[in-house]
Amino acid sequence: MSNKANDLIIRIGGEGGEGIISSGDMIAQAAARSGLEVLTFKTFPAEIRGGYAMYQIRFSHEPILSEGSGFNVLCCFNQEALDVNRHTIQKGNVLIYDFPGGDIAEEQNIDGVICYPVPMSKIAKEELNTYRSKNMVAMGTISELFSIAKESLRELIEEKFGKKGKEVVEVNFKALDAGAKHAREHLKKIDPFKMDPGKPQENVIIISGNEAIGLGAMLAQVRYFSAYPITPATEVAIFLSRMLPKVNGNLVQAEDEIASLANVIGASYGGVKSMTATSGPGLSLMQELIGMASMMEVPVVIADVQRGGPSTGLPTKHEQSDLFLAALGSHGDASKVVISPEGVEDCIYLTVEAFNIAEKYQIPVLVLSDGSLGFRTSSIKKPDPKSVRIVNRQEYKPGTNGDKPFERYELTKNGISPMSKPGQPGGNYISTGLEHAPSSAPRYTPANHTAMLDKRFGKLDDLEDFFPPTEADHQEGATLGVIAWGSTIGTAREAIKLARAEGVKVAGLYPKLVWPLPVKAMEAFGKKYPKILVPEINKQGQFAHIIKMKTDMKPISYNIYGGLPFTPKMILDKIKEIAK
Amino acid sequence: MTTATEPFKAKDYKSTVPPTWCPGCGDYGVLNAVLKAFADMKVNIDETVLVSGIGCSSRFPYFVKTYGMHTAHGRVLPVAAGVKMARPDMRVIAFGGDGDGFSIGGGHVPHVARKNTDITYILMDNSIYGLTKGQVSPTSETGMVTVTTPYGAPDNPVNPLAFCLTYGATYVAQGYSSKSKQVQDLVAGALAHKGFSFVNIISPCPTFNKINTFDSYKDALEDVPEDHDVTDLNAALAIALRSKVGKTPIGLLYKKEQPTLLDRLTDIRKKAKGDDNYDLNKIIDEYRP
Repeated sequence: MSNKANDLIIRIGGEGGEGIISSGDMIAQAAARSGLEVLTFKTFPAEIRGGYAMYQIRFSHEPILSEGSGFNVLCCFNQEALDVNRHTIQKGNVLIYDFPGGDIAEEQNIDGVICYPVPMSKIAKEELNTYRSKNMVAMGTISELFSIAKESLRELIEEKFGKKGKEVVEVNFKALDAGAKHAREHLKKIDPFKMDPGKPQENVIIISGNEAIGLGAMLAQVRYFSAYPITPATEVAIFLSRMLPKVNGNLVQAEDEIASLANVIGASYGGVKSMTATSGPGLSLMQELIGMASMMEVPVVIADVQRGGPSTGLPTKHEQSDLFLAALGSHGDASKVVISPEGVEDCIYLTVEAFNIAEKYQIPVLVLSDGSLGFRTSSIKKPDPKSVRIVNRQEYKPGTNGDKPFERYELTKNGISPMSKPGQPGGNYISTGLEHAPSSAPRYTPANHTAMLDKRFGKLDDLEDFFPPTEADHQEGATLGVIAWGSTIGTAREAIKLARAEGVKVAGLYPKLVWPLPVKAMEAFGKKYPKILVPEINKQGQFAHIIKMKTDMKPISYNIYGGLPFTPKMILDKIKEIAK
Repeated sequence: MTTATEPFKAKDYKSTVPPTWCPGCGDYGVLNAVLKAFADMKVNIDETVLVSGIGCSSRFPYFVKTYGMHTAHGRVLPVAAGVKMARPDMRVIAFGGDGDGFSIGGGHVPHVARKNTDITYILMDNSIYGLTKGQVSPTSETGMVTVTTPYGAPDNPVNPLAFCLTYGATYVAQGYSSKSKQVQDLVAGALAHKGFSFVNIISPCPTFNKINTFDSYKDALEDVPEDHDVTDLNAALAIALRSKVGKTPIGLLYKKEQPTLLDRLTDIRKKAKGDDNYDLNKIIDEYRP
């Protein structure tokens, strides 16, 4: 679909390993530096080399809500990229492709599409004597054609490659110039796409969703992190492995996900804020210990960057299908909390809130992100460490229990019992996975098990009020409300905006707390709008099921499950269909 | 660190919870010897965490006054490692049985060993699953008849000593629950050792194991030779493998000073110029475009 001026989407496709991702990151950063808003979307093959890789960047002067619907410009590095995307090319789009002398054998002539052949391989090989500079040639052409961040791109090349020596900088400059020169001398610009320069902002950062989770953990004062590498969550550990030691924290790579959560539980028992990050297969392995943390009432934070499943599934593809596992997993009645960020900024602040909830309620908290959010980079407002809300666990204070022995699992009014930490005189207890009496000694009586389950669930009674309120975007006269969760929220917001622009009345509800369900906010919304649409990226309609389970609402599910996120257009079309 | 109220007698470490073991269980002997070792080493109850998995022997922490964790089956070592990494100022001791340590938790042993994790692991080895009433264990002899192996166990047993030596444990010893003084000394030695110390204690189960009984060990036990060099890994391995000829070596097999996990984590923090008051804005500024 066509986008309004100053909202431009460029998609670059080619073979994994051709530098698409690194050059895409660079142009995104350059654009952010030049004062534009950017949001990137990447898909990788699961293999290290070869296979189709795609990098899409959306540029705008306004905050960007989603990846967008389709693209304005498609840049193909090879035939496969052209084949994969051919059916999505729309009239009015621009196609830039490697021709002649590259992998694409034929000149392209697509009805209504503006085609710019650029011999990027040939220029790289023949003029620059290095095939590896092909990506920079393409960046040069793109930057020139659409006036994107020309100055900043040069600055960045100097900063990034300066360490590797002048020659490397020069080669990249030459490639960039050659691509730009080709655009000026050989292409007649007949498309309307152009980004006006933005106003460089002081208080902006550009960061990926996975790094943002790591940054959120740092802001929340995490001091211990243990994880096992898994796509698409590994970047959380990569970020923290560099950052945690700076604050005298520790990060270890464990032998598996079971060990990583075991490490984290031990460390948190020790009194230290602790976290792990994983994806679906790892979360499956952690189920027993999530129940143990719930039973022991040990605060832990688990980030789950969801991918396509089940089993090994689609490791690099997008899905929101771990919700059942996160909310309903682990054997027995295990109380836990699941929250889900909508975008990169949320990855920071919801991770902070995950720690706050874990610490306040002494409970495992899962942060459900997903692959496209994890890899997405966005320009966001620079966080201020001082303004972040930090909640710590209620600690046992030695000497406060008089003659009575300390009872770790004392039955209190709100279900939260002070927690001692090793080293505190008089605070000794056995943290245990067995059902236990208030003293922590094993006890299996009916009355005790009932009381303790009531404690572990009842302590969450005020969670909906403790957590930032669920945002509702009401509209007078609307009969349809959309409820989205996770990274589908941004897409839904954009779809609702587009629908309203077309005169369609529709409301939106954006829960970030997904388990236990914020029932008060849900039911208030459900009362206002008789028709409820829940778009989500899984086969079973997992969130819709949870809504049905916990409320009287009868949501209409809109599920896709092909490994890609929704586009705003898809949700817009569905809204129009249902709102009728 | 000691405090004025610190108990120095074995009985002072006992909690009010009475052991749940069967009469005649080898674990009573282990408990007594371990608590004597605690007294020897002036173990501080407030600064010690006993961590266990699941099984008869894993009930150990309940019977002691220190801090403790009774975790999930097989997960004693990574939980204990987590406590130690978060709280290097605490003494962390892991307890468990042969099934917990070498079957369901067997995947963790190589890693705490190779990292030379600063914990002591005391394993009570009875070659049977007692808590679930008599199934074959990873240290059961080949051919052993149990309720799940009525035609005889088809598998070869694990050799816990060779296992830990091979993967890099820096203190490896074996005791026998009835030889209380030796167990006490081996445990005290383990507590004094810096790094991963492993003490395997043969602790017969009179209820479910009718093969590896107190009687059967009478002629099988063999002291580690007096002239054995405890820093010689090959010699230690040779002793560990004596079980192949029906001998059960007891004593200290191996002891070596090596950098530990905590040493290496400290090095990392030094390299990163770790600072408790580090300004997070410095990290955030790295992400300015």
